[in-house]
Amino acid sequence: MASVLAFFQNFPFELFVIQTLNGIVTGMILALIASGLTLIFGIMDVVNFAHGELFMLGAYLGVLVLATTGSFWLALILATLLVGVFGAAMQITTLRPLIGRDPLTTILATFGVSLILQNYALWQFGPVARKIQEPYTGHFNLFYLEYPWYRLVIAGLSAALIGGFWLFLKYGKYGIWIRATTQDRVMAQAMGIPVPLVHTAAFAIGAAMAAASGVLFGPLVGVNHTMGLDWVLKAFIVVVVGGMGNLGGSIAAAIFISLLEAYASIWMSPAQAVIVSFVVLILTLLFRPTGLFVPTPK
Amino acid sequence: MSSPAESRGGETVPVLRTEGLTIRFGGLTALNNVNLDVRRGEIRAVIGPNGAGKSTFFNCVTGVLRPTSGRILLNGNDITGQPPNQISRSGIARSYQITNILPNATALENVRIAAQSRKHGWNMFRHYTQFRDIIDKAEAVLASVGLAGKADELASNLSHGEQRNLEIGIALATEPQLLCLDEPTAGMSAAETQDIMQLVRKIAKDLTVLIVEHDMPLVMELADRITVLHYGQVLADGPPAEIQNNPRVQEVYLKT
Amino acid sequence: MTTPDASSSLVAVDGIHTYYGKSHILHGVSLTVGKGEVVGLLGRNGVGKSTTLKTIMGLVHPRQGSISLEGAAIAGLPSHKLAQRGIGYVPEDRRVFRLLTVMENLRTGLDRPGVTDARKHELLDKVFAYFPVLGERRNQAGGTLSGGEQQMLAIARAMMLEPKIILLDEPTEGLMPRMVSQIRQIIDVLHQEGVAILLVEQNVPMTLEASQRVYIMEKGVIRHQAASRDLKVGDDVIKQYLGV
Repeated sequence: MASVLAFFQNFPFELFVIQTLNGIVTGMILALIASGLTLIFGIMDVVNFAHGELFMLGAYLGVLVLATTGSFWLALILATLLVGVFGAAMQITTLRPLIGRDPLTTILATFGVSLILQNYALWQFGPVARKIQEPYTGHFNLFYLEYPWYRLVIAGLSAALIGGFWLFLKYGKYGIWIRATTQDRVMAQAMGIPVPLVHTAAFAIGAAMAAASGVLFGPLVGVNHTMGLDWVLKAFIVVVVGGMGNLGGSIAAAIFISLLEAYASIWMSPAQAVIVSFVVLILTLLFRPTGLFVPTPK
Repeated sequence: MSSPAESRGGETVPVLRTEGLTIRFGGLTALNNVNLDVRRGEIRAVIGPNGAGKSTFFNCVTGVLRPTSGRILLNGNDITGQPPNQISRSGIARSYQITNILPNATALENVRIAAQSRKHGWNMFRHYTQFRDIIDKAEAVLASVGLAGKADELASNLSHGEQRNLEIGIALATEPQLLCLDEPTAGMSAAETQDIMQLVRKIAKDLTVLIVEHDMPLVMELADRITVLHYGQVLADGPPAEIQNNPRVQEVYLKT
Repeated sequence: MTTPDASSSLVAVDGIHTYYGKSHILHGVSLTVGKGEVVGLLGRNGVGKSTTLKTIMGLVHPRQGSISLEGAAIAGLPSHKLAQRGIGYVPEDRRVFRLLTVMENLRTGLDRPGVTDARKHELLDKVFAYFPVLGERRNQAGGTLSGGEQQMLAIARAMMLEPKIILLDEPTEGLMPRMVSQIRQIIDVLHQEGVAILLVEQNVPMTLEASQRVYIMEKGVIRHQAASRDLKVGDDVIKQYLGV
């Protein structure tokens, strides 16, 4: 009894709240990246190993547009649109020809593109990290910290983007096309839905979401050619834990894992806290392989 | 033509017997109290309209599905609930609707692997070419299914009909008591169907065969006895002529 | 008996050979369906009736032979182009979009270029008049409907395309007699509206009643052709190819 009391007396409540906030912020960005990944997998069974590089490309484009125009918001919009177009081009040239073949070929193809993009970025921009200036530099007082407003803004923006996407899927005419194609590609085509076009559009949307995350996250982590690697690994974990192809699951999983890691950082170093994600992944695969937040199929 | 079962001295223990075989999947009763006896040396066909339970019955007998109640007896031994590999060892061999051969091995190797499963299973140290008895057996089986000239041909290069023959050969190499054929003539031309029919007649002389088929002329010509399933129950059971003259069977097929 | 020749038919299939891998399912199938005609395709299980429909719908491409729609060659075209040109498909296992609502299922066929909102409302009203239960369940997910309701939804969904021909694969399979007669009535209604139907069935009496002509298939080929009114269930040809 006494040890329980002691635990609560020593419990760093303030740090807990701060980490909750940090966890949610990171979780929202991760959710945005993972949504794009799970959309692409769900609709065309493609494991997009270049997703982290699309994230990175978005960040770099953000740097460039910001440097030229000075506007963060313009950078966000342009980077998102341009990488969306790039995603469409990538799907048409490297993935459409591989339809119907062994899934391994699409994994190799996207992996190849990721290598190309990484090395291109290294060659073009050099190894030194770039910075995106956050659009708001204000802070508010949270306990003993000065917590930057910007972090809340990007969490809100991510939530808005995901929410907008969800509404599009649920109510939009083309949203229905995407959902029908995801559920039954053959029957969707038999209903006149131009499935090849839907695939390209879905890939473009996924790429655009990755790029948006890149710009939004840029101010927090710094922009360099390897930034995609860490985040795509986490994004894959999120997609598996949330249930492959399950949008709601990915969002829940992203926040769940980020919160756990944030809390773990209270007692461990952040580098060690990453272990938490892997533990969750292993437990999910062992006990609920269809996804932690997905009802187990009977 | 008297069937082999009649011309032999009337053995009393049926090769295969099912007693009250029932399978329920949740609310659906796929098989309902199926009682069946297959005599040694018989060619027994199981037919029925769509959804009658033919595949389910087959899957049950070969151990892929576990019955909810009832028994399956092979030569009087209870094999109910045994897993497929054990059932194979007990003596039931099966061919599949979608060919299950090893595409990257030659025809001879495919059959040899099956023959090997029955003997020398654990001897890992001698080179496979030293097991002369197995190779001889494999060659004999290939000859019996008409593929003697294709022994060194890659299985994936064989024609569809030849692949089916190979599959039957693989089943035969395990020296089964009961050979279960699952729609062996699916996707075949009339000519290929005739070939399979000759083959099954030939091998049935020394074997008992259970066959599920849709090809009615084939069934009527080939089978010694026919069991008709309908909604999981045995509707009729008897020689082809009897089944053809059974008005209830016609009704069920024509949905009158 | 005069058979409509290929040039005046809505759909003409000529000598198609379809394979699934090495499995040679169709060994040269030829048939025609005239404008607004209801044509039955009868045969036992496994003879290739569904494969014939799937080949016409572009779900699988024939290795040999040709298919034409209103005189234009369509073999090898992807199925979404065929749906856009007016072929509706109702598969054997219904395949409603389980996670979409009834309304959303219908919209996959309704949301086409060139359809005014007024026309969309007309089509929906019509389909809910024929299938009141779909109207009641319009916001329910497709996967929660009963087997018979899913069959109705699959047919209604194809009707949303305003097709020239509907390929119906065993619509009465597994349905209760009451539903079978409901399907029969729908076929009549579609026929009155001038929609052609290629009806694959194992239910002989229903098919002979509902159609003007029937083909009988066996082992991947057409074996017999007749006007439906010239055939009765008890005929020898029926017993030979469909009975036991």
